[in-house]
Amino acid sequence: MNILSKFAPLRQTYDQLRSVGHNPFQMVFDKMFSPTEGEYQGRRTILLGTNNYLGLTFDSECVDAAVDVLRQQGTGTTGSRIANGSYAAHRQLEADLATYFGRKHSMVFSTGYQANLGMLSTLVGKGDYLLLDSDSHASIYDGARLGHAEVVRFRHNDPDDLAKRLKRLANEPGDKLVVVEGIYSMLGDTAPLKEIAAVKREMGVYLMVDEAHSLGVLGDNGRGLAEAAGVEADVDFVVGTFSKSLGSVGGFCVSDIEGFDVLRVGCRPYMFTASLPPSVMASTVQALRRLQQAPELRTRLMANASRLYNGLKDLGFKVGPEANPIISVLLTDPILAVTFWNRLLEGGVYLNLALPPATPHGVALLRSSVSAAHSFEQIDRVVQLFETIGRQMGVLPALPPMRRNKTANMAAFPTAIPELDRVAAVGAR
Amino acid sequence: MNDRLSNTQEQIIEGLRQIVPVSVPVHADTNIMRDLHLDSLAVMDFMLTLEDKFDIVISLDRIAEVETLADLVRVVDQLRGRKTNP
Repeated sequence: MNILSKFAPLRQTYDQLRSVGHNPFQMVFDKMFSPTEGEYQGRRTILLGTNNYLGLTFDSECVDAAVDVLRQQGTGTTGSRIANGSYAAHRQLEADLATYFGRKHSMVFSTGYQANLGMLSTLVGKGDYLLLDSDSHASIYDGARLGHAEVVRFRHNDPDDLAKRLKRLANEPGDKLVVVEGIYSMLGDTAPLKEIAAVKREMGVYLMVDEAHSLGVLGDNGRGLAEAAGVEADVDFVVGTFSKSLGSVGGFCVSDIEGFDVLRVGCRPYMFTASLPPSVMASTVQALRRLQQAPELRTRLMANASRLYNGLKDLGFKVGPEANPIISVLLTDPILAVTFWNRLLEGGVYLNLALPPATPHGVALLRSSVSAAHSFEQIDRVVQLFETIGRQMGVLPALPPMRRNKTANMAAFPTAIPELDRVAAVGAR
Repeated sequence: MNDRLSNTQEQIIEGLRQIVPVSVPVHADTNIMRDLHLDSLAVMDFMLTLEDKFDIVISLDRIAEVETLADLVRVVDQLRGRKTNP
């Protein structure tokens, strides 16, 4: 018995997961070859769980910008902006973000998680209300817990349910802030933002959209769901991250609200943490330019997303409701999901395993995030491996003999997965 | 037990029966997460149905107070009372 004894049930679940094979939550890649390939335990592995939507982590202009600034300005800021001061890169990144989003104000945080912690714990206080979509990311729930507002959930992606709850609060004093996400991180579904914006207008409340997974993905200019839905004017605060489409690390909030700058001395997760290293900001500035200069990246990303989504759906896997770059296969049994995940890894494909209660409706998810940098060949290999494992494990029905022969012949083509035989052997045990 | 309390408890049990097998006993001392094998998300989702059933708002900090069915009945009754006696 010690201070960690209270985690005994979690420990039991964790040990059970590890006993199936590889540890899904402590993966170590020894090498990174590209945005889409790394080396895991000596094997070249397709990376399909990295949220590297535009594949900019190896973009030569972004890398060069980071290296130049790294040499000129050093490895880190060694403290917070209110104590150590800001570098020119902080100001440039904030100015560039404000310009890109067409907003007056912008504030950069050290991670996307901290952007939500900071904004949600600061914008609303005692006597105010936060209304969160029930499928909100952990950073939104944690930001809500850090602050002092009353926190109310509404049913996922249900504007009528939101309106109903706001009407119940109509006579309560205090500000009300509604928080939704552009693309939800588990199932890849988008918020019905046009309808939510209409509720916001009708009820006279504030609206924040977390575009973490939709920045660089949705909208003609990549500004996210608010742009795609044509409701940017209704969104009071946009938060997001640099660690997905922009290929680095950090978070931000942009807004037109008057007096925004007071948050720099009132927002604790902004004030009391080390600020981003200048090299990270340099690559982010460059990535934001690449995002705007290269709309073809979004076109390629969505083509890859559709190819994987339709490939899995056509095989008979249960997938999320929309073909977005987050594509999850839904399984009901967590142990089945862990086993499936292990076999994908042994077949040379890494993606994310998500288990209840971190998932909606108690489902277990094999969660992929597609990149513009994936080739069609890689996507097809993934689909083929899913099919093989799915049939071996009984997730998909077995093929009639004729089709089995056809699949066996396909394995002789250059796009075949060399590890398939090994997977078959594992499956037979 | 007054009428409202009895009524609240019955309605909550009726709601729980939609997500918990009939064979699992539910009484005032039942620990909602441990005894009914519900995870935190399932409990929060159940609160959405109670909010609609009683036309109230149960904020997350009120949910945090709840361990047993009796706790939940008390919270719901307080919120119902606040609505009818502002």
